[in-house]
Amino acid sequence: MKFRVRSLEFGVRSILIFVLLLTAHPSFSAAAEKWPGVDESVIEKFAKEHGQESRKPFINTDQGDLLLFVFLLAGAVGGFIGGYYWRRLTERKVPKIQIVKKDN
Amino acid sequence: MQKDELFKRQIRKVAVSRMLLTACGLLMTAYGSLINVSDAHAMHVSEGLLPFHWAALWSVLALPFVAWGLFKLKKLSSVDISFKPLVGLMAAVVFIISCMPIPVPTAGSCSHPCGTAISGILVGPAISILVAAVALLIQALFLAHGGLSTWGANILSMGVMGSIAGFLTFKALRSMKINLAISGFAAGLLADWATYFTTSIELASGIKGESPFIPLFWKILLAFVPTQLPLGILEGAMTAGMIVLLYKKRPDLLVRMKVLKAGEAA
Repeated sequence: MKFRVRSLEFGVRSILIFVLLLTAHPSFSAAAEKWPGVDESVIEKFAKEHGQESRKPFINTDQGDLLLFVFLLAGAVGGFIGGYYWRRLTERKVPKIQIVKKDN
Repeated sequence: MQKDELFKRQIRKVAVSRMLLTACGLLMTAYGSLINVSDAHAMHVSEGLLPFHWAALWSVLALPFVAWGLFKLKKLSSVDISFKPLVGLMAAVVFIISCMPIPVPTAGSCSHPCGTAISGILVGPAISILVAAVALLIQALFLAHGGLSTWGANILSMGVMGSIAGFLTFKALRSMKINLAISGFAAGLLADWATYFTTSIELASGIKGESPFIPLFWKILLAFVPTQLPLGILEGAMTAGMIVLLYKKRPDLLVRMKVLKAGEAA
């Protein structure tokens, strides 16, 4: 019974991942080839139409693979902090077992 | 004995399949990140997009809210030290969620949820605003995501409006005895939509020049709909999921944070 439930859970997860993978693929989109952010497709588009253009950031990490690196670093640090505090919040503290020496 | 062995084998098989699925998920996430990050699509209002006087106005309006957050954080952490891990967790959640581009296949574009609904509900709107302000500052400084001149505008839309809309929606629905998951879902949904509603106001007022404000505001708002409509639903589902998970793991914490009443915790 337990195994059947787990198999069912496995099946549902597989379908979900398949759907996610499918919808995440660029060719699935009805729109352009790439995936612009709403900043480009909405914010900057309207701003440009009204004569406003965005400036380069003060610390410009948007250069080659540098941005990939900082995103990866930010994700890793953020993930570590999130995981650390989640553990601190949810772990149940097991009381220390008192070891008593027995004299034979 | 044989039954035990068989059962152990089956458990092992399930564990291996789970690991493979997790690896598949991780690979997919990395793949998605590579597609999206390489083009540096930030979803906040970018650097220099708002004229100076508008950027200054939004910053001045956002400042008292950040000060309120600092005051609340100092006050609450002096009363309850165990409050800090929750703030740390929320800071990480808001930071990661608000710089995570999610592809929306129906719109063919990417955007991000905000995470301010869950933080507004759990740590209160004041601290949630502070957490969002810090996340936005780091993103503006190092991730080419948002901007320093538009920091105030982004705090106001994502931090202030997102946190307050999420918090008020959740409280209103809970006072009507609506289920925890549904209240969480509605809070996430409305927080996300309130954020982009405010962004539309900020952008329309900043770039309108001589043209009338209202038509431009509606034009921008409607342009956000194809992406933010499904993303709002996703944010609602995420918020509901996190609240229910915390309810199962630490109902006492939800009572302490005044999310639940003492009698409601199982």
